[in-house]
Amino acid sequence: MTTLPTTPAETVADRRAEPLSARLHLWAITVDHKRLGIMYVLSGLVFFLVGGLEASAMRAQLARPGNDLVSPEVFNQLFTMHGTTMVFLVGMPVLLGMGNYLIPLMIGARDMAFPRLNAFGFWLFLFGGLLLYYSYIGAQGLYGTSAAPDVGWFAYAPLTDRTFSRGNSTDYWILGIMVSGFGSIATGANLVATILCMRCRGMTLMRMPLMAWMMLVVGVLVLTALGPLTAAQVMLLFDRNLGAHFFDPQEGGSAILWQHFFWFFGHPEVYILILPAFGFVSEIVPTFSRKVIFGYPLMVAATVGIGFISLSVWAHHMFAVGLGPVLDAFFSAMTFMIAVPTGIKIFNWIGTMWGGRIRFASPMLFATGFVAMFVIGGLTGIMLAMVPFDWQVSDSYFVVGHFHYVLFGGTIFAIFGALHYWYPKAVGRMLNETIAKWSFWLLFAGFNLTFFPMHISGLLGMPRRIYTFQPDRGLELWNLLSTAGVPLQAAGVLLIVWNLLRSHRKGAIAGNDPWDAWTLEWATTSPPPEHNFDEPPTVGSRRPLWDLKHPEDPDGRYE
Amino acid sequence: MAATSDATVDPTDGATRRDAVEWRPSRGKVGVASLIAMESFFFGTFIVAFLFYIGKDVHGPTGATALDVGPVIVWSICLLSSSATVVAAVKALARGAKAAFEFWMGATLLLGGAFVYGTAVEWRGLMLDHELFISTNLFGSTYYGLVGFHAFHVVLGLLALGMIWTLSKLGHLRAVDAEKVELVSWYWHFVDVVWIFVFTSVYLFGTGIL
Repeated sequence: MTTLPTTPAETVADRRAEPLSARLHLWAITVDHKRLGIMYVLSGLVFFLVGGLEASAMRAQLARPGNDLVSPEVFNQLFTMHGTTMVFLVGMPVLLGMGNYLIPLMIGARDMAFPRLNAFGFWLFLFGGLLLYYSYIGAQGLYGTSAAPDVGWFAYAPLTDRTFSRGNSTDYWILGIMVSGFGSIATGANLVATILCMRCRGMTLMRMPLMAWMMLVVGVLVLTALGPLTAAQVMLLFDRNLGAHFFDPQEGGSAILWQHFFWFFGHPEVYILILPAFGFVSEIVPTFSRKVIFGYPLMVAATVGIGFISLSVWAHHMFAVGLGPVLDAFFSAMTFMIAVPTGIKIFNWIGTMWGGRIRFASPMLFATGFVAMFVIGGLTGIMLAMVPFDWQVSDSYFVVGHFHYVLFGGTIFAIFGALHYWYPKAVGRMLNETIAKWSFWLLFAGFNLTFFPMHISGLLGMPRRIYTFQPDRGLELWNLLSTAGVPLQAAGVLLIVWNLLRSHRKGAIAGNDPWDAWTLEWATTSPPPEHNFDEPPTVGSRRPLWDLKHPEDPDGRYE
Repeated sequence: MAATSDATVDPTDGATRRDAVEWRPSRGKVGVASLIAMESFFFGTFIVAFLFYIGKDVHGPTGATALDVGPVIVWSICLLSSSATVVAAVKALARGAKAAFEFWMGATLLLGGAFVYGTAVEWRGLMLDHELFISTNLFGSTYYGLVGFHAFHVVLGLLALGMIWTLSKLGHLRAVDAEKVELVSWYWHFVDVVWIFVFTSVYLFGTGIL
């Protein structure tokens, strides 16, 4: 059975009385995983608004053929900075930040395994991001050519060579990503050590919340993927600044090798971005279906399976290169294979909802939206795993539509679901449910209006990364529709931001456990005290709070 | 159910029993193992680049013409035997034998230092006699990149071990610190093991011996 000591309410009012400078100083020197987690999420949201503005500018430019709102040079910078920002400065920090906040609470620990390393990782991420954006001011150097990086988020050689990328913009891309990457490596190691070593009494591996399993695999993937990226970036830095020839075809170097190195990082990265989202949904869906997760052991196995297979699918990003039939067949087959554990997860979420008493509160809306949108993105992914089909649509808007269904309809929807689910825990107040529902439906409608037509314009032949297109190719309508979705999405996102700000002061008091949930983080106060739990908890099943609320029928005997 | 934290009810038979403290791995060990895993992939990438580019140079010296394996074998023996001396040092610290610890740690520092000296001598020869620089050709880029990063890690390891040695000389190291020193020694073993892969790639495959 579960023992959960009660925690006295924190003296929030005392904190508010201190002067602003003293409170900010506390945030700057903190090593508390909860404060660091909140800072991760807030910085990530700021970068999300910046990346969204960049996307909006691109859609405005592409609203009609022959538009000249932005120049081709600025357009190149926009798509480079949009992609880089969303992957490295939004997706990773927000997801790792939520892991930071939640994992110690979920496994009944006082803090992460290495609190100071944790703070170090956060500040590296933040200053790496600022270094990247400083390129708008500093990258012109003495050359007066480019400003922000403009080589695409995967920075293919030999475009990144000194010959073709003058000025320092590409160096800012390398260094900004590398510095924030060191932060991610620190956090990855910290997550692995925390989950393996800091679990409370009774929290066996197979009793952990599924999100802890997902974050464990994410930690391992961060450790395997970021090393090769850092190494490849060092080589590129040597090429550009010391005259080395790693990716210089003039001297026998290989541009394809960069692609291998980048995607050896890049595809595990996709799973680094989606596995935590799977984790959020695996916590939200059971709570709002009033059922235990369907097939817990299979979910764990699928997560570990995805972790392994994700290391051997990278070259499906490179079919158009001409790798030859053997490699094409191998990477195509591996890509089909990774759809199996992913499909298992989809069916298990549906199996959890099946026959449950579903409550469509805002977290559940986002979670079900996630499942539906991710299935579409996953299915177009399977289409793209077919080599001949990929040859046809590679580097077209079909691909853009595909990965936005995965990373926006998937990851971002799950992040917003998680924000609505755990905001009451972190702040102590509920978000406004009416505003939350408006923001979901606006975002859902705007998202589909923008990204579904991209599949069609892509099939019609619209290439990625072009700043304009010709009239009379049948592309006008689809591009206009894509642009028309932007204001709806912007309204949805701004409503969420407003809701977050407004509910901080005005929201209804949440209490410890507003959703009647079952995992350990709901056992302590909202917000939790600095030490999380007055006494280390002891758990006897996967749903410690169920055991606490139903001592006559503890879960452990059914597991 | 209240706060008697070490008495739990076993869900299978309903009996209350006091659990022994549950085993968890040491966070220090898991943390260092994570760092080593990440570093392995980092070095793996440089090794792949080196192997991939063997024989693809369009001009200039290559491993077959410029590298002299003989002295490198001597310096490699120094580095690899330092793994043994660092084990002896950790064992001495764990049993509280301070003098033996400082002797073996000092030996480790000397052997590691000899290896770095060997690398410096080799690089001097390559630059002066063969005019091989990082910008000369693909061999120069991949050779200096891989061997240079390894040497950089050896220096980092020497700094860490040197700090431990200094702390011991100043009297700040006790037997209870043996696990921390052991964790640093793991890193040192890792640097040695990487060298086996680097040596095989650069001096055996890269010179045409294999």
